[in-house]
Amino acid sequence: MKSKFLIAGALAALMFSGTAQAHRQWMLPSSTTLSGTESWVTVDAAISNDVFYFEHFPMATDNIVVTEPDGAVGKIENAAKGRYRSTFDVHLTKPGTYRIASVSTGVMGSYMLNGKQERLPRGTTKDKLASVIPAGATDVQTAEAASRNEIFVTLGAPTANLFKPTGNGIELVPVTHPNDLVSGEAATFQFLLDGKPAAGLKVTVIPGGIRYRDALGQMDLVADQDGKVAITWPQPGMYWLNASIGGGREGGPGGPGGEGGAGGPGAPGGAGAPPPPRPQAGPPQRRAAYITTLEVLAP
Amino acid sequence: MQISHRLALTGVAALGAAGTAAAPAAAQTLNLSVAIPRLSVAEYHRPYVAIWIEKEGAAPRTLSVWYDVDKAKGEGTKWLRDVRQWWRASGRALSFPANGVSGATRAPGDQKIAFTAGKGPLGALGPGNYTLIVEAAREVGGREVLRLPFAWPPKPGATVKVQGSSELGAIALTFGK
Repeated sequence: MKSKFLIAGALAALMFSGTAQAHRQWMLPSSTTLSGTESWVTVDAAISNDVFYFEHFPMATDNIVVTEPDGAVGKIENAAKGRYRSTFDVHLTKPGTYRIASVSTGVMGSYMLNGKQERLPRGTTKDKLASVIPAGATDVQTAEAASRNEIFVTLGAPTANLFKPTGNGIELVPVTHPNDLVSGEAATFQFLLDGKPAAGLKVTVIPGGIRYRDALGQMDLVADQDGKVAITWPQPGMYWLNASIGGGREGGPGGPGGEGGAGGPGAPGGAGAPPPPRPQAGPPQRRAAYITTLEVLAP
Repeated sequence: MQISHRLALTGVAALGAAGTAAAPAAAQTLNLSVAIPRLSVAEYHRPYVAIWIEKEGAAPRTLSVWYDVDKAKGEGTKWLRDVRQWWRASGRALSFPANGVSGATRAPGDQKIAFTAGKGPLGALGPGNYTLIVEAAREVGGREVLRLPFAWPPKPGATVKVQGSSELGAIALTFGK
């Protein structure tokens, strides 16, 4: 049992080296449905195994952007970083839906210089790409990695103006508003990849409270040709939603396709032809990840 | 339960539309009696109570909300969302204090309130099947929702009664002229 986990972990480490998100990253708001003329939400932000328990690492908060219902840029307040979690507040002063998001777009890749393959440094962004590739480099291969971790909170009635897609990475477009979820009802979300419907995107939904149950209760969904998934919430509570491509993370394609995956897990069971030889070093896969936390209320 | 109820509503609404048009326009009233139970708990706060009507295919209408209207800076509105079914159906679209709708919390006992058709928050009612809903949520306590279906125009002397079990007691809806 234990060794199985270790092997899986080792494989994951091999396949997804360079990924900082081997665990689950999340933001947990104190409340998503608020009333009154103004209100506060406080948010826990962490990277952990179990949702929503802080037991591993605090999430960085310096990249978090608050967008107010009218599109103005808000701010986080009282940010603090603890051993296992970060926490911050957002003051809601306008009626409507706020977005609290940590979005990053990195570039990974490699180039040849003096007969040696060099990797782009971690944290390379698109606009800095030109400055990190030295003169004389050849065979430059790059791929973008876009990640978006966002939550929504609403003061008063939900609004939808801030769901205009940016066209970069995976984005959620509400058919059902993410702050209007009730257990027993189906909610539909559309996912876009670079602004186009993410047909076939694998979406994972896990109810919070993992620590106190045996079954993960994970729902695995696949977006239809319009990029839409319908989710029926089995019970009220907080849910962690994740979708990704190219990184083999939860919800992603997974399998032994990641770069550097020496051999892949297990031998082929059936007869069939042996797998074709893997190319020496293919171009890096384009990666995109999406995470949100959804609150589902009781009817 | 919910589904069959809705189906019934739709069916009768269609019949009503096909039948006679507007009912005689006497000043009909809805007289509501809401029992707020006396609870023996260590920390008691009067419940927030919302009363509203729903009709299949129409926007829900809030008739009355009892909450801490007098708190400074409208602080009492912070907890309105805990009357959660009402908040979703109608409350979140209102601004507070809501004229003719907002009221102070009420003490345990039988609380009476009346609404007149064509006036105030009730407004004019078209013929059809409605549900009057009473939802109570209590600070550091529980929550209860009760539904009272009625037809409009009502039969003279018609009464709808329902009995709560935790945060609400007996509720009676009678119709008068």
